[in-house]
Amino acid sequence: MIDERFDAIVVGAGMAGNAAAYTLAERGLKVLQLERGEYAGAKNVQGAILYADMLEKIIPNFREDAPLERHLVEQRFWMMDDRSHTGMQYRSDDFNEEKPNRYTIIRTQFDKWFSQKVRDAGALVICETTVTGLVQNGEGRVIGVKTDRADGEVHADVVVLAEGVSGLLGSRAGLRDRPEADKVALAVKEMHFLPSETIEARFNLKGDEGVVIEAAGTISQGMTGMGFIYTNKECISLGIGCLVSDFQSTGETPYDLIERFKKHPSVAPLIEGSEVKEYSAHLIPEGGYKAIPQLYGDGWVMVGDAAQLNNAIHREGSNLAMTSGRLAAEAIFQVKSRRDPMTAENLSLYKKMIDDSFVMKDLKKYKDMPALLHTQSKNFFLTYPQLVSKAMQDFLRVDGTPKAQKEKATLKSFVSARSWWGLAGDAVRLARAWR
Amino acid sequence: MTDLSVRVEDKLYQNRYQVDAGKVHIKVREHDTPTAPLRALLTACPARCYELNDKGQVELTADGCIECGTCRIIGEASGDIEWNYPRGGYGISFKFG
Repeated sequence: MIDERFDAIVVGAGMAGNAAAYTLAERGLKVLQLERGEYAGAKNVQGAILYADMLEKIIPNFREDAPLERHLVEQRFWMMDDRSHTGMQYRSDDFNEEKPNRYTIIRTQFDKWFSQKVRDAGALVICETTVTGLVQNGEGRVIGVKTDRADGEVHADVVVLAEGVSGLLGSRAGLRDRPEADKVALAVKEMHFLPSETIEARFNLKGDEGVVIEAAGTISQGMTGMGFIYTNKECISLGIGCLVSDFQSTGETPYDLIERFKKHPSVAPLIEGSEVKEYSAHLIPEGGYKAIPQLYGDGWVMVGDAAQLNNAIHREGSNLAMTSGRLAAEAIFQVKSRRDPMTAENLSLYKKMIDDSFVMKDLKKYKDMPALLHTQSKNFFLTYPQLVSKAMQDFLRVDGTPKAQKEKATLKSFVSARSWWGLAGDAVRLARAWR
Repeated sequence: MTDLSVRVEDKLYQNRYQVDAGKVHIKVREHDTPTAPLRALLTACPARCYELNDKGQVELTADGCIECGTCRIIGEASGDIEWNYPRGGYGISFKFG
């Protein structure tokens, strides 16, 4: 395909791949980046929230020209039953700062911008090219990739696998397992277009301010999952995701789930009259710390979703992807600067760097959460939201019943639904997993 | 139950695809009666690419595929489906993602 040798080949032009390719090229390495989409971002789907700090460490002045939608001033958490939601929300004018901390973005547009930065830094970016296999030498060391182009083999000292959650390369080469159905969520999303003034009026916003709503409860029909509503400038990203194993065992359909979420009385008024311009779906790694594969080997490193680096509890994926891509690139650069070979031993520097970062520290903190939420899904996503909704309504409805009697009835409803042992057990399990 | 097929098609209608005519990237293993994983694909696929034909077998129409990989997670290990990406440049091209 290309009769020259590269210092590094990056497979994939998502958050992790772009962060790696940019950081490598910026440091003067000869980089080839391959992307199967028609353009960078063509195959990528995210909610999407961008965390400024993680991008700032790669491109400090990104705010000058990156396609950012709204900076977030408010976060709402909703616990929903079929007709109501109990909410917690935090809003602060402090988030109207000169350099905001979080933004909403539209992934395809953002990825096109990021990809241009990668090209500007000097990397060779080739789209419409699917990498079909890794090339290994006699000792099993990765020395390049095969593509679906004619004469499509190309060589490099190291290959960065940024192929995403369902990338085939890593699993076919035996470097990682195919994600299992109970460790990966399927999320579906729609883009609802509305005039910016309408969005600002409905969400109580001024100018480029934005709101995030994260919602859990009966909307997932007892499955482990969450819904989300993010405000962009002229559209609203709305979606819902649940574990693939739950879809499998319940027979619920993803499109029915998003339709029901849209029709919920708390959601419908927010999107009323909107024009839907895209329907997308994507897998999200949910296995957490325990599902992370080997991250490096002879001639390769793995970053982002491909390496299962996703914090499901905080719904942070892109910042872990960007950080792992950057750290992998910095490790490669260090090895290269010492003129050492790209062996597993030398590339273990990447693992050390990522272990020392928030990426592994956060994932380790929540290592027991996936198992808890996945096995207790009926309680956390069906029973408790219904109990809380009933309790809130009883509490607020003034009907001459003495308050003490109402509280007694609420307590009784919790105990009869879950038993004292069940309630105490859930509390202890949650506290342990959160610790 | 409302008519879901109309609704999914309406959703997919907005999406942009480059169809690789004659080259299907996912294949369903030939079968007389569908296995449990194959039956699960009928409901789990967000683009409703899998449907029962009049002989009661699971059939795939990959034109609307969003390339999420859900069917791979459910059906690849058992050998019920053979899963690949479309050729470079083909398949879905998200405008917003």
